[in-house]
Amino acid sequence: MFESKSGILYVAGLGFFVLAFVSNAVVPWLMYQRYPEQTAEQLVNANLRYQFEDLARRYPESFEAAFGKPPGGEAEHNKWWNDTCAEALREGRKVYVGEGCWHCHSQFVRPVSNEEQRWGPVSRSEEYQNELQRPVMFGTRRVGPDLSREGGRRSNDWHAVHFFRPESVSEGSPMPEYPWFFDGDPDKPNRRGLAMLTYIQWLGSWQESYPYYEAYVPSSLVRPEPVSEGAAADSGEQGQ
Amino acid sequence: MSGTEQTSVRERLVDERMVRLYFYAALLFLTTSMLAGLLMSFQLIRHNPLRGLELFSPGRWRMLHTNAVAYGFLANGFLGCLHWAVPRLTLQPVLDRRLSWLIFVAWQGVVLSTAVGILLGEAQGLEWGETPVWIDPIAQLGLLLVAINFMTPIARMKGPVYVSLWYFMAAFVWTFLTYAMGNFVPEYLVSGSSAGAVGGLFIHDLVGLFVTPLGWGLMYYFVPILTKKPIWSHGLSLVGFWGLAFFYPLQGIHHFLYTPIPMFLQYGAVVSTIAVELVVATVVINFFGSIWGSFDIVKKNLPVRWFYTGMVHYFLTCLQCAFQVTLTFQKIIHFSDWVVGHAHLVMFGVFTMWIMGMMTYLIPRLLHRPWASVRLCEWHYWMSTVGILVMAGDLILLGLFQGWSWAALEPWDVSVEFSQPFWVLRVLAGLSMFGGLLAFLTNIWLTLRSAVVDSSAEPTRLAVV
Repeated sequence: MFESKSGILYVAGLGFFVLAFVSNAVVPWLMYQRYPEQTAEQLVNANLRYQFEDLARRYPESFEAAFGKPPGGEAEHNKWWNDTCAEALREGRKVYVGEGCWHCHSQFVRPVSNEEQRWGPVSRSEEYQNELQRPVMFGTRRVGPDLSREGGRRSNDWHAVHFFRPESVSEGSPMPEYPWFFDGDPDKPNRRGLAMLTYIQWLGSWQESYPYYEAYVPSSLVRPEPVSEGAAADSGEQGQ
Repeated sequence: MSGTEQTSVRERLVDERMVRLYFYAALLFLTTSMLAGLLMSFQLIRHNPLRGLELFSPGRWRMLHTNAVAYGFLANGFLGCLHWAVPRLTLQPVLDRRLSWLIFVAWQGVVLSTAVGILLGEAQGLEWGETPVWIDPIAQLGLLLVAINFMTPIARMKGPVYVSLWYFMAAFVWTFLTYAMGNFVPEYLVSGSSAGAVGGLFIHDLVGLFVTPLGWGLMYYFVPILTKKPIWSHGLSLVGFWGLAFFYPLQGIHHFLYTPIPMFLQYGAVVSTIAVELVVATVVINFFGSIWGSFDIVKKNLPVRWFYTGMVHYFLTCLQCAFQVTLTFQKIIHFSDWVVGHAHLVMFGVFTMWIMGMMTYLIPRLLHRPWASVRLCEWHYWMSTVGILVMAGDLILLGLFQGWSWAALEPWDVSVEFSQPFWVLRVLAGLSMFGGLLAFLTNIWLTLRSAVVDSSAEPTRLAVV
């Protein structure tokens, strides 16, 4: 067997590979079967909706050019916001992947090295059971900070300026500039830029302690409640 | 055998034009990849000359850097060497020369469209699997054809199967399966932590089951030929192959320790990683046993020097691996530049060096004339060796400082700021490695312009002891 062609092909080539695949990939896959994969629509929550509508208020012309206008009638109005927000999330993730952001920013908080104090609650499996983590964005290197609890830490306009020219708000940052997210000016994010801002604000928006970083006091602003079933369940889980 | 007869046998067996083409393609992509790496390193020291240009987005070029090395340089380099080694080992030509051409053209198409896709922002979110989704099926088909083309001579061969062929056969099966697993499963079938587990397996298997077995298989072929000595121990060869085959695929999850992936799987990956380091030690011992008592050859014979330098680096990375894979080390070094240093020591220090050694040996034979300049060959070796050692040492040390700074909860900017001098040194090391490559390319250019010598004679000054 050890030096024969069939032994090498079937045992080493095929057999050992399958053994490893079953033990290292199929086992965790079966274990997480109980967490159904959420769609982007199900991921829209009140915190994210707040940030998304903030984009529309801050950059009305850019926002309308990118996503159009919400229709009249309360039910349609709500549905439009949720659907558009989900669409922006998907697109934002695509930009995040395409620009290789995940090579310099991780998206998981480890239970060691004081990471819980720096970034926020340790990552849990169910946080990753959604279509925006396909493939998962754990990341491999932290040149810049972890982003899994970034949502709500900083305002939309901070992020816009930061994407346009990182050094103007973060001195000495080695992060590249992304002027192609804008129409020539940090006040004019284009569709890609708005989608990216939405995605960044989504990260960690499902946390109970959102936003984690600052001394957070819930504002008196009335936030729009999500209506879609999944989103409602999602915000219910946060259960204040 | 007369000279002409020998030539015709060689031509019947080995498609030398194919080897040459693969080597040129490999060097073209290596040049591209190193330029991409330099671009990213200039970005880190905040001196990117091409800032603000979408097509030169450093994040995209960083992906081009790793993909061009894996699929453009290593794959092309190995395929060239396989076109030389497999027919000579089996005494059978490949299945079909037209198929070889088809594979060559298709593979360059895959690599080029991967590059274009990445530069246009169409990448897929998996390390080394960034190949845009619409290319994946073509690449998969290409790998199948590669396996068929090379497995045919192996299948037709009678008699005992030499060590190199064990590695090659297994590698054809593994590469095909690994590519399929990494590019389709986490994209279409699973998400979240389990996708992380598959992703870990993929990046790990690509090194362990595609690059490593082809690399070692070729070492088992070229080292005895160049040193004119047999491999020291057949038993150790067996241990090395079967140990690698069993333990290597079990380790993917060690790339994601302390993630939400179940802890018992993480422990399993750690244990099998430490096991494979012991196996690797036997392989290195076997090769050093093979030249025991005649280390002089490393001074005189440049290809052998490339090979053994690579093996020393291999031993170092594997030793490093056995420590860094433990949870204790992971606390500090994960996410830091230690990992980047390790990756460069493996990919450049080991496999690139082996391919450079094989090219240094084969190019004079393929061009039927001696190297134009032995001195440029030496510059290539020394600039590459010094460059990679400085880069790896620099980044590994920096990784420790970063990890400790993060664990001590220093402000994030502090770690970025003290990384600067290390990153500057990394640029210089990278420039040295790139300078070595330029010396090599110049040498090939000069050699191409020199006169052909009688092809039946031993055509090189370097590989003859």
